[in-house]
Amino acid sequence: MEITDELIEYLQQLGRIRLTQEEQEKTKKDLGSILGYIDKLNELDTEGVEPMSHAFGRTNVFREDVVTNDAMVDEVLSNAPEAKDGCFVVPRTVE
Amino acid sequence: MTIEEIKTLSALEIGKAIKDGRTSSREVTRAMLDLIREKNPAVNAYTYIAEEEAMAQAEQADADIRSGKLTGDLAGVPIAIKDNICTKGMITSCGSKMLYNFLPPYDATVIRKLREEGMVILGKTNMDEFAMGSTTETSYYGPTLNPWGEDRVPGGSSGGSAAAVAADLAVVSLGSDTGGSIRQPASFCGVTGLKPTYGTVSRYGLVAFASSLDQIGPIGRDINDVAAVYNLICGIDEKDQTSTETKKLDLEAVKNFDVKGMKIGLPEQYFGEGIDKDVKDVVMQAVKFYEDRGATVETFPMPIVDYAIPTYYIIACAEACSNLSRYDGIKYGYRPEGVDDLMELFIRSRSEGFGMEVKRRIMLGNFVLSSGYYDAYYNKALQAKALIKKAFDEAFEKYDVVIGPVAPTTALKCGESLSDPLKMYLGDICTVLINIVGLPAVSVPAGFDSNGLPVGMQLIGRHYSEQTLCGAAAAFQRENDHHTKRAQDKEVK
Repeated sequence: MEITDELIEYLQQLGRIRLTQEEQEKTKKDLGSILGYIDKLNELDTEGVEPMSHAFGRTNVFREDVVTNDAMVDEVLSNAPEAKDGCFVVPRTVE
Repeated sequence: MTIEEIKTLSALEIGKAIKDGRTSSREVTRAMLDLIREKNPAVNAYTYIAEEEAMAQAEQADADIRSGKLTGDLAGVPIAIKDNICTKGMITSCGSKMLYNFLPPYDATVIRKLREEGMVILGKTNMDEFAMGSTTETSYYGPTLNPWGEDRVPGGSSGGSAAAVAADLAVVSLGSDTGGSIRQPASFCGVTGLKPTYGTVSRYGLVAFASSLDQIGPIGRDINDVAAVYNLICGIDEKDQTSTETKKLDLEAVKNFDVKGMKIGLPEQYFGEGIDKDVKDVVMQAVKFYEDRGATVETFPMPIVDYAIPTYYIIACAEACSNLSRYDGIKYGYRPEGVDDLMELFIRSRSEGFGMEVKRRIMLGNFVLSSGYYDAYYNKALQAKALIKKAFDEAFEKYDVVIGPVAPTTALKCGESLSDPLKMYLGDICTVLINIVGLPAVSVPAGFDSNGLPVGMQLIGRHYSEQTLCGAAAAFQRENDHHTKRAQDKEVK
């Protein structure tokens, strides 16, 4: 299928990614050849085949919803680029 | 014991020597760290060397072995860990600028288990960024080199873990395998690797790439070491709901496995067009060994192989783009300075933190999941998955083990596949189906190509058939010495 500039723009938006002009050109070419190859899958007859998620029949596993760990606020926040008063800091979103 | 002596021992032999008092965990760990310090700058197998932590752990292991608190086969033996497995207090970067400073507040379940055994963590090994790649060239920390040839890639994504074992910078290591990332680097580096059945090893603390395909597994010089490490890390874990109850391997039975009467199937498509002649010849020679020892061998058609790559890349990228949406520059990892708009913060953190291969897969994943394309791509791939499963079910009605090459070629030249992602993806043709179906598979050194580069043979089994697979691998290694060859004494043909 044809990879348009609009599609590249849309995919950047969905992935919250911004490519340089040069990267966009390269991506257009690469996605073109990759999807071109992937389209081979159209040759496979899947009429009436049920889509499969887990390959060998595991069903959902439930457990009691109980707290098993201590509060790790400080340890968790120690990896945050910016934290204050036990919270993550983000740019202002509401005026 | 001298470094030279230690280098000749397997992990199990080191464990025994420590217990017998012929050496200590301290002495072995020191020797390994010295080797790493000397040789890692050239190989770049490690992104983090845990000098102090390892020595402290070794001292503790020695004390606990003396007091009788530690009694396991691998107590005090050092191990290297792929850098996408969380290690408390050791940077876990996934080969990405995005996680260049990430210090996990907890250990992955597999790490907890290794520590309980008294194994010593030497450091973290290099990998393709977020495990996306087949050459370890997409790492933010620069490429790892294959000890078998300086201009050759070690394979990927667990290239650091495989190269470390091949270069004597570790005796065993952990890797992860989403589409071949343990088996293919093991093949390229001439070492042995196991991709276990999906669910047998907990993924808790493994940084997610494609959750339905990811699996942690061991790499070592021989299958006995690999099986012993597998025994330590396997088992159900309430922290990973996809993990399953698993029987540990009988290591004695692995060691003494007899292949007589074993039924082997060779998928025609694994030996067809696109597979190097040298690779084919070496693998067929190995198959001949089994036949000579009383196994029956039969070729069978498996046309679904032609759809392996499209199906895999759709599923893997779809899951990856969801999993990687967590990197937002807020909770952990890379964040650019001075951004005062939230959306801009997301975009710049991700654009500057991820490398090109990761961005490409995020975009591909978003594409196959986006409205209008979901049915044609993602849903179609899940239907193909059902057919792939069926093809393997049918094969395993007839055969105990399916054998093929691990990869169509031996180690590629550095830089060859970076410029052409599709070419790199096509190299995964022999490995990805196994992850799609969740099967176990072993990569075993089977010989060398005309350039003297290692060729790996892949043994694929039914779900939970690790005992048979490891046994079949052990039978081969008992009577062949390819796995004992080192890059250091390369002249072997």
